[in-house]
Amino acid sequence: MVATPQKPAYKVIGTRPVRPDGVDKVTGRAAYGADVVLEGMLFGSVLRSPHAHARIKRIDTSKALALPGVKAIITNADFPAQESGTLDLGEGSANPKWLVDNVLAGDKVLYHGHAVAAVAAVDWHTAEEALGLIDVEYELLPFVINVREAMLDAAPILHHDLRTNVRARNVDTPKDRETNVAMHMRVEKGDLAAGFAEADIVIEREFTTSQFHQGYIEPQNGTAHWNHDGQITVWTSTQGAFSVRDQVATLLNQPVARIKVVPMEIGGGFGGKIPVYLEPVAALLSKKTGHPLKMWMSREAVFQATGPTSATWNRVKIGAKRDGTLVAADVSLCFAAGAYPGSAVGAGVLCALAPYAIPNQRIDGFDVVTNTPKTAAYRAPGAPAAEYAVEATVDEIARALDMDPLDLRLKNAPEEGDTNSSGAPWPRIGAKAVITAIKESAHYNSEIQGDNVGRGIALGFWFNGGMESSSSVAVNPDGSVSLILGSTDIGGTRASLAMQLAEALGVPYEAIKPQVVDTDSIGYTAVTGGSRTTFAGGWVAYDLGQEIRKRLTERAARIWGVDISTVTYHDDAMITGTDKDGKEQRFTFEEICRRLPSTGGHIAVSAMSRRNTAGPAYAGHIADVKVDRETGKVTVLRYTAVQDVGTAIHPSYVEGQIQGGAAQGIGMALQEEYWYDDQGHLRNGSFLDYRMPVANDLQPIEVILVEVPNPGHPFGVRGVGEVPIVPPQAAIRNALRDAIGVNFYHTPVTPTRILDELLPRA
Amino acid sequence: MATSERLVITATINGDERTFLADSRDSLLEALRERLDLKGVKEGCNNGNCGACAVILDGRLVNSCCVMAAEIEGSRVETVEGLAGPEALHPLQQCFLEGAALQCGICTPGFLMSSKALLAENPAPTDEEVRFWLAGNLCRCTGYDKIIEAVQAAAEQMRAQK
Repeated sequence: MVATPQKPAYKVIGTRPVRPDGVDKVTGRAAYGADVVLEGMLFGSVLRSPHAHARIKRIDTSKALALPGVKAIITNADFPAQESGTLDLGEGSANPKWLVDNVLAGDKVLYHGHAVAAVAAVDWHTAEEALGLIDVEYELLPFVINVREAMLDAAPILHHDLRTNVRARNVDTPKDRETNVAMHMRVEKGDLAAGFAEADIVIEREFTTSQFHQGYIEPQNGTAHWNHDGQITVWTSTQGAFSVRDQVATLLNQPVARIKVVPMEIGGGFGGKIPVYLEPVAALLSKKTGHPLKMWMSREAVFQATGPTSATWNRVKIGAKRDGTLVAADVSLCFAAGAYPGSAVGAGVLCALAPYAIPNQRIDGFDVVTNTPKTAAYRAPGAPAAEYAVEATVDEIARALDMDPLDLRLKNAPEEGDTNSSGAPWPRIGAKAVITAIKESAHYNSEIQGDNVGRGIALGFWFNGGMESSSSVAVNPDGSVSLILGSTDIGGTRASLAMQLAEALGVPYEAIKPQVVDTDSIGYTAVTGGSRTTFAGGWVAYDLGQEIRKRLTERAARIWGVDISTVTYHDDAMITGTDKDGKEQRFTFEEICRRLPSTGGHIAVSAMSRRNTAGPAYAGHIADVKVDRETGKVTVLRYTAVQDVGTAIHPSYVEGQIQGGAAQGIGMALQEEYWYDDQGHLRNGSFLDYRMPVANDLQPIEVILVEVPNPGHPFGVRGVGEVPIVPPQAAIRNALRDAIGVNFYHTPVTPTRILDELLPRA
Repeated sequence: MATSERLVITATINGDERTFLADSRDSLLEALRERLDLKGVKEGCNNGNCGACAVILDGRLVNSCCVMAAEIEGSRVETVEGLAGPEALHPLQQCFLEGAALQCGICTPGFLMSSKALLAENPAPTDEEVRFWLAGNLCRCTGYDKIIEAVQAAAEQMRAQK
């Protein structure tokens, strides 16, 4: 473990260079998944369910197959049969049986937009036309959309073989009852009853959150070629090329040796581009037609059928002493997983109370299937809904005790050595540093004025991930260094990893040439997600940098005819020593590189890293809002995001992650949500009606970077991408309470919901 | 395929006259991407809500997914591929790069074309005017701040060059 108590004088880290992939991205040359063109390429399209829940009685493809230009049609029956099991996705896992049934529906469709059949045709228009000629006979079944209703005994059952997986002690759950509750987990510590007995005040509240979509601008896509020698190549926009390889291998029942995944540039993901949707379908259509085939989703299909978040129903009960000490908390989280089990409720459970050191606590989590699309990870998956409920309740406690909400939070903030919800000690964390930075900020110390104007704050926590990353480095005779990455670059990975290698070697950023390669060309690398990539990829870059320093030192020693111990590699990449004649010698990095070919050959090294020393992230946001009492419209007047980022490798991209995450959180707080009608149809599957923030919805998001270096990383890196989405819902909700005196218990707080509270009731 | 018809279309694309064969059902977006291989024009929604496919048609900013290919006969179309000169990027491109105004980059071509159209009409916009003009372009990564700053930086450079 490398400790970095004080920030060293970095040369590259902390600067703001242009990213290596930047020119391609501003000139339109960067090739994303939908830009793949292959000789003889066909086009695919997917028929989707018009029903929320129905049995598929018959699929007649004969008319569609007769359309000139149509080459093949497949359904679930064309996939190899799958047994139940566990397939690791990198951020979460999946049961292969459920995954294949989600890719193309099995005996039932389980949500509006569920894929039913896929067509291969000579062009996209023909494929689309063929969809209308496929005749599917459905037997409608009762459906359930709402998580609370899905938990009732009388609810329509989605999977008759599903039983509750109980991961909690002393819980009395019938083992053999049909249910939609796929999992019940519990985390507890201390003595809950004793804790509440100690409390002077107990507040218990119930919250619901709507379903939100990641909203990446690039729709899912997949291109595949199943060659006649059995080799399968997949081109796709993904957060994890190896995760796609493993999923496709499992669903097609092929060894991974037969599958190469080429990660194209990815147009946003936020967790949503980890599960496969089109890739295995494209592969199977390619096999059936003997041609490469490309598919991409319509925006409506993206909304209907790719991973949104869970809609949630949560309860929080917190006890506090008169002095503001939080003594007990009882939290229950119910997350809609969508059509198949596997919501992010587990992470929600572990995050819910992480901003506080509360000695006595119990957190229950329920994973519930509903007739909605299977949820996928979305930026700090599970945390926003869980922490929103806690942060709103804590605000009510502060109000009831007439305490400053920030002082209450500071009083209860955890620090190194305190235990988290599962009883493990926290490493060095920046919770108190973040709260202190808020307290000292210009924003928090500014006055707010006017009617219907208010301020709110909220904290956020996310673990950040570690997991596996691989890289290769080759040193070139001109002093340049190629860096081969297994991590797909979703927003600056090439730059942030090249900067860390440059720092490790002591060379300029411009000397490093990073590139992202396919799964046959680099060792296993987990997904770009979980705020793990800059951390884990940085560790590999550091390890490789150390190895290259060692090898260059050896080379200099050999050239000078001396023992390696007498040669020094300095942090500015200068190598010094004394040769065998006692004469002082030195090589610049370029000089030693130029000598490599003639003194024993070039240098190339590879490494894999798997460290479990990720540093958790804390954030605190301040929101000022104004409410228009006539229209219910909320304007965010000023917004500041404070975050412990460990070390900001590229401060502009760190700020960008925080601003982007906060903007998504503001969307959740005020305007985004899925709308289902009474038939279980998603009614707002477009960017017009699923209303994400546009430029003029937002004011500048001020960012304050707090740097509490992670002692588990050579450069102090913590992840930064996810935690900024956690605080906004509660910060804005708490600001609305300040502005108009109303506590809201649902997000988003749309104008309609504001007017419901403000207008006189009939 | 009774609904389909082949069309021969001639238009000026990024300054060059091009003649190409299109399907009568092709949108301008499809024609640019599939018939002319201008893959810098991006599809985000295919119904005019996201601006990723924004191009300039006869001097006017349009979402190319909402224009039929058949409509551009004799017109001038500018796409992101025509922005940079042989020796240098357009100031907007350079400022987006230097200002970290992109993360994933999928919306960037649309933002660049929208910004170009804005600055042609209003070379000295206020931040608020930039935000309103760009309200037709969705970005999910950046929260827009660095985009607004990059557009303003480019506007300043372009004014200085005049």
